[in-house]
Order: sequence, then C-alpha cells, then structure tokens
Amino acid sequence: MSDLKPETVGSKGKVLLYALSTCIWCRKTKNLLDELGVAYDFIDVDLLTGEDSQKIRREQELWNPSGSFPTLVINNAKCIIGFEEDQIRKEFGK
Amino acid sequence: MSKKMQITPEELEQAYQKLLQETETAGYHLNPDLEFTKDLIESLLINEARYGYQACPCRLASGNKEEDLDIICPCDYRDPDLTEHAACYCALYVSGKIHKGEAKAKPIPERRPGREERLKKMTANSNSGEINNLAYPVWRCKVCGYLSARNEPPEVCPICKAEKERFERFL
Repeated sequence: MSDLKPETVGSKGKVLLYALSTCIWCRKTKNLLDELGVAYDFIDVDLLTGEDSQKIRREQELWNPSGSFPTLVINNAKCIIGFEEDQIRKEFGK
Repeated sequence: MSKKMQITPEELEQAYQKLLQETETAGYHLNPDLEFTKDLIESLLINEARYGYQACPCRLASGNKEEDLDIICPCDYRDPDLTEHAACYCALYVSGKIHKGEAKAKPIPERRPGREERLKKMTANSNSGEINNLAYPVWRCKVCGYLSARNEPPEVCPICKAEKERFERFL
C-alpha cells in the first residue's frame, strides 16, 4: 500500500507521528504540530489491520521499544515519546 | 477496522453521567476538563463498538480480549498511576487535587509492561500467596485491590465495577 507512509518533507525534514485515532494526547500532539505550522505525516495505528499494522508497529518500536503513543520521529534522527509539549515547542517553535 | 464509528451526543452524555456517578460513588474522580474527559469517553465507546470492550483509548488494543484484560478501562495500572502521578495514563481519572483544580493533569510514562513480559506473566498466572487452612479462597480485583473471600469472585467488583475475569486468586 503506497498510501501507508506518506512523505511530507518540511523545513525540519520528514516528521512522522505514530498515533492512535482514539488517544487524546495524540490529538493534542497533532493540534500542537498544526499550531506550530509543522509539515508532518501521521499514522493512526489502530485503524490499520493485519500485516500493515505489524509492519508499522515494528517500525515504530525501532524508535520507541515500548510501542507507546504518541511517538514522534523527526527526520529519521530524533524521537519524542508522549505529548511533551515543551520539548515539541523547543524543537519546532519560535 | 477502519470503519468510522459515530457516537451521538446523547449517547455520549448518558455514558458520561453514568461514569461520573459510578466514579464518585467509588471515591475516584474524573478529569474536571469536561471536553478532554468527554473526548476520552467517546473513544471508549468507539473501542467498545470496535472490540466489544472498552479498551484504553491511549494504548493499542490487540483485539484479543484475554490479552487486553489489563487495559480494559479502568485498567490495572490506574491505581498505581494515581498514587505516583496523580492521574491515570489517559488522565481520565485524576487525583483529588487535580479534581479540585489545584493542579493540572500531565502526560505520564507508560507503566504497562511490554508484550513479551505480559505474555510470560499470563502463562505463569500466579500471584497468590500461601496461607493454608483458609475456609475460603481469597480473590483480588486487579483494578482496585478489593478482596473477597468466597468460592468464586463476584460477577462485578462492588467497588470499581470491573468484571469477574479481572479477579485473580490472592490466597
């Protein structure tokens, strides 16, 4: 499936958010990234099925072995786990 | 599982009022941020429609009930998280201080062990201690710690309303 992993590249490189559609901390993270004007992609892992789900989870666990949400991967180099507002603002903020 | 679930405002309000009453009766508190709390309850209803039980909205459910028992809301980790962090993992349940508005709920670290460790524990399946010659076995509610000395655990925990399958043999 080619739409599994969209590739949006902004000034911070590729920003990818592993999230759950039901998780309110994930929602807060999306809202904060929107507020900061960050170009990012997200994957709602709970809406995936079967192999897609396993593949994405394995990928996510490379960054965050506990597999918790939200997991934010910045330019394939840095990972922020959880809705760490200050850290995210510092990374992208003004 | 990508079908969209629609929860009506009436269903949501009803679920909120019911949970609020149960929670306060049992001495727990919901997050006073009404929008946040209702969003979480909506997610619980979505998960109930999706999986058949109210799996934690902030964790990925497997869809296999036996494997997800520990994260059916209220989860096995709520009480230790309330003690240590003043909120559960989702911040649906909060301490009295946060409830009164004297502090704010913040995201907290994940306490649930990884999948491998959980499966190991499930197969070992024994937290029970050793006192012999008891007239009845003692069952412990894994959600709230309620103990019950009787042949079988109750259908529903009288304290936190967790179902029978959330009980473990304690003694």
